Amino acid sequence: MAEKISKETVVKVSRLARLSLTTEETERMTAQLAGMLEHFRDIDALDLASVEPMTQPYPLKNVLRKDVELPSLDRDEVLGQAPSAESGRFRVPPTIGFDV
Amino acid sequence: MSEVTALPNGWQLIVGLEVHVELATKTKMFSASANRFGDEPNTNIDPVTLGLPGALPVLNQHAIELAMRIGLALNCKVQPCTFHRKNYFYPDLPKAFQITQYDHPLNVDGHLMLPGDVCIGIERAHLEEDTGKSTHFGGSSGRIHGSDYSLIDFNRAGVPLVEIVSRPDIRTSEQARQYVAELRSILLAVGASDAKMEEGSMRCDVNVSVHKPGTPFGTRCEIKNVNSIRSVGRAIDYESRRQVDVIEGGGTIRQETRHWDDATGRTETLRTKEDADDYRYFLEPDLVPLVPDQSWIDAVRAALPKLPAARRQSLSELCGVDKDGESAFVVVERGQDDYVAAVVAAGGDPRRAVVYVQQAFAEQGATPKVPAKDLAALTILERDSKVTSTQAKTLLTDLIEAGGGDVAAMASKRGFEALDTSAVEAMVDAAIAAEPGAWQKYCNGEEKALGALVGAIMKSSKGKADGKVITALLQAKRP
Repeated sequence: MAEKISKETVVKVSRLARLSLTTEETERMTAQLAGMLEHFRDIDALDLASVEPMTQPYPLKNVLRKDVELPSLDRDEVLGQAPSAESGRFRVPPTIGFDV
Repeated sequence: MSEVTALPNGWQLIVGLEVHVELATKTKMFSASANRFGDEPNTNIDPVTLGLPGALPVLNQHAIELAMRIGLALNCKVQPCTFHRKNYFYPDLPKAFQITQYDHPLNVDGHLMLPGDVCIGIERAHLEEDTGKSTHFGGSSGRIHGSDYSLIDFNRAGVPLVEIVSRPDIRTSEQARQYVAELRSILLAVGASDAKMEEGSMRCDVNVSVHKPGTPFGTRCEIKNVNSIRSVGRAIDYESRRQVDVIEGGGTIRQETRHWDDATGRTETLRTKEDADDYRYFLEPDLVPLVPDQSWIDAVRAALPKLPAARRQSLSELCGVDKDGESAFVVVERGQDDYVAAVVAAGGDPRRAVVYVQQAFAEQGATPKVPAKDLAALTILERDSKVTSTQAKTLLTDLIEAGGGDVAAMASKRGFEALDTSAVEAMVDAAIAAEPGAWQKYCNGEEKALGALVGAIMKSSKGKADGKVITALLQAKRP
């Protein structure tokens, strides 16, 4: 956490998040993110060697449901709210570069 | 199985496999709409599946237990775990992230044994959700590159998956095939998945690299779209050769994802991995940790059935078949080994029981309709040469069609009367007298002449003499 966040990092993160920022916005965001990261320096200053890492603020575990089927949403109603649909399916523009 | 093609010039193949399996639950991983293959598109959807605002995921207890079964069957440690978001933009995931497990998966550090005591390490077997199904339209290939638009069906989105990641311990394409076959057999045995590669409920990504022993592993390529056990072997053979050719031609291997084309038998670049690890994983804030306590783990372990390797061993001991052979593998994978044991218990001939079941019971499932005692009776008829092996095959078909019955009555109905050995011997003597030339050649050591004699005798008996009995008699009579 010692290094300040760079403009390059902000540009990269915004690209990954599909956000298009102007140069002015990038500079403003860089300064704001740097300010947020300052708060973590306060935590870095503490000795936390004996503290278990926390993954959740709630004292809960094993929240489970039974494997019981409930009705589906109505397809026509759902597709009626989509920008484009065809043959009972969502129609989307071609996507390039990712195939999982 | 087929022979292993070694790489030239001392190159060594290194393979690791990532296998995704859809779990056999009634509902999805995080929501209550149905997990069912083949339904009309978008008829199993809900706010969680569609990523609608405010929708919250809740873990499916049965999915967790099936994943624990997989982990325990693969000798993994089952441990407390958390869920992460894997962020990327692709229309088959409407939330813009996949919920998966990252640094704390449910199952870690297991292994799977292959024939010949080859041990393949299992790095992890973690839970995640499947994506929706995209179909690409327009363009020339029907594939994503060059398509005009895509249609998305979200029935599969959110279906529970377990991803089983092997260590890079596999050294031949044959081992890779054995690994996938054994894994599939285990998944079926523990009831975790229907593991149908042709329907996509079991999918393999194959990581291939080559190196010279004593040097570090080479750069690996990941091959996708490998949809059958046979393709696993073919894709590895092709890809490893390609990598050796590139390196020996002075080139370098780039880390990339490649697509296997089953029709052309080649792999081709799908995308390079320049953006690897840009998924910005972070803890899924909407799910709390999953902490299986020891009593839960013990209960799941206690309910595990006997696993395929142990069952093949038992079948081998009972029937004298090779525990690593095809008949043991097939009969156990179909769950018919208990049935074979029942046939043997009813007095059946053990080896014939296995062979009959392997060859004729592919469509019968784990509990064939033919009563074990009827199949036992048929094995004895053949063993005692009351019917020929050809006649036994016909009776087996009759028995399956009728769903059981009195085999002896079926045999006489078909006119499969027993020709006792003395009757066959008379025919053998007659044939020797009638074909002195063939008999002389056979006596002189020409084994090919045997076939002509056996054929002549079978013909004169109108198929009622057993070829094996005839052959034994001829061999006994040869000076």
